[in-house]
Amino acid sequence: MSFITRGFSGRGHERDERLPPGQTLAHDFPVLSAGPTPEIDTAEWEFSIATETGGVHSWNWEQFMALPIEEVDTDIHCVTHWSKLGTSWRGVSLDTLFEDVETQYEYVMAHSYGGYTTNLALDDLLDGKAWIAFEFDGEPLDPEHGGPARLLVPHLYFWKSAKWVRGLVMMGEDEPGFWEQNGYHLHGDPWKEERYW
Amino acid sequence: MQHVDGNAIAGPLAEFFAFDVTTAVARCNGCGSVAELARAMVYTSPAGSVLRCASCEQVLATLVESDDRAWIGFSGVSAIEVRRR
Amino acid sequence: MSDASTATATSATSEPAPALAAMPRAGWHVATVVATRQETAKAARLELDVDGWPGNAAGQHLDLRLTAPDGYTVTRSYSIASSGPGTRVVLAVDKLPDGEVSPFLVDEVRVGDRLEVHGPLGAFFVWRPVDRGAVRAAGDGAGGAASALRARPVQLIAGGSGIVPLFAMATAHAEARDLTPFRMLYSVRTPDDLFFAEELMALAAASDVFRLDLVYTRRTPDGWPNLAGRVTRAALAAAVLPATERPIVYVCGSTGFVERVASWLIELGHDARDIRTERFGGI
Repeated sequence: MSFITRGFSGRGHERDERLPPGQTLAHDFPVLSAGPTPEIDTAEWEFSIATETGGVHSWNWEQFMALPIEEVDTDIHCVTHWSKLGTSWRGVSLDTLFEDVETQYEYVMAHSYGGYTTNLALDDLLDGKAWIAFEFDGEPLDPEHGGPARLLVPHLYFWKSAKWVRGLVMMGEDEPGFWEQNGYHLHGDPWKEERYW
Repeated sequence: MQHVDGNAIAGPLAEFFAFDVTTAVARCNGCGSVAELARAMVYTSPAGSVLRCASCEQVLATLVESDDRAWIGFSGVSAIEVRRR
Repeated sequence: MSDASTATATSATSEPAPALAAMPRAGWHVATVVATRQETAKAARLELDVDGWPGNAAGQHLDLRLTAPDGYTVTRSYSIASSGPGTRVVLAVDKLPDGEVSPFLVDEVRVGDRLEVHGPLGAFFVWRPVDRGAVRAAGDGAGGAASALRARPVQLIAGGSGIVPLFAMATAHAEARDLTPFRMLYSVRTPDDLFFAEELMALAAASDVFRLDLVYTRRTPDGWPNLAGRVTRAALAAAVLPATERPIVYVCGSTGFVERVASWLIELGHDARDIRTERFGGI
């Protein structure tokens, strides 16, 4: 049972060829959260990459900001059917962060402050495809949007761009993260509409 | 982000269960506290709803809905108590 | 399909909600708008006749779904201001400036419109009058059972449009001629923002067991004894039934309001298990 409600049009919907299937344009920046917003002081912030040998590469905020910083202009696509075109970010490329990391493993679990996790293939993080971003539209990233720093993997649905990221752990096998255990796709390519398992 | 009460997802859950699941009592696997799911904290976003323990914030349950399916997870509880009368 | 009348046939309100009995089953229904009226400058009261509605207990809510011509749908939850058997359901909707549904319901909906509703929902945040037949029956036998059925006093605490489900409880209490002491603390911005103003004043005037305390946060009526301002811990302690009387406390309002009030209630000695809350988000 479902019928059209007289006089109700909802928010306007626009189409654009830069939009993957099933997406509509968003002009604001909707917030998706699975819990309370962690407040992380950059003085306490740390980011690390852990490998199968027990090796851990880590950066505090000062060391992180001394790395080469890139400007990223990109479209982002949320699994909840909104896309935002031409967003601008600043961050550190995962290529830079993985420069000295030795690993045979092909999968990564991203861990966030607050306990959120999401899984990714290492291939989806390297070769200019992913960043740890700390600035959005010329401003420091709001805690609400993942600040002080979040993963940015714009070619995958945006739940993969883990907010409040604090580390990556290499995995031998692809294992599901938080949303992936609860209905969402392991990979999440918006052009293939990989929304759910 | 603001949370609401477990009571708020009575509607979506009523689509799939024959009784009001939010009245069921569960023990949090994280801190051991026992409460009705209606007393848990709900964080709702278009991606899904996450029920967290009101005492320790651990995830108790999740609800994800698409047009044709739903995923209902109870990752943080081992059992729910359902009162017959 | 259960019968709405069974909703009142269960035991005292302090008991956990029985999951498998007593509550009408939720379902999707077509509601026809039979009356609308302005509740305040930015809120509307909608009276619905809901086809197949099984009745509802005081404090329950429903989900309302709107569908646009392109198939886009949006669903929101609204507390129900009415209770009891029958197919008549009253909502009172506050217009949120950035809202997608509430401006439509307040400004656009008119008599004769049809809306999709899912309910009745939420068997936890409810109050039911004591069934006096059951009390007498229990009293004839074991005294323990009779005392278990003796209802505990009730304290209602509303912030803004959080009044809606609590108004349903106060009305159900009056209609059942229930002698359980009932108190309501209602925090509202100005006298113009009161929901159900006439009905609440009438309930308070007509009853020895219902007391209404109003707190105005921005502007008071002329001659009001207190200054405008938020509910404070001291004001809460003064207005609310003391913890020693072991009231069941129902709190409904914005998340910030409910958080403040609930934490003060705990500090004032109320058992967390006696406090039932319904947050509707916001600050």
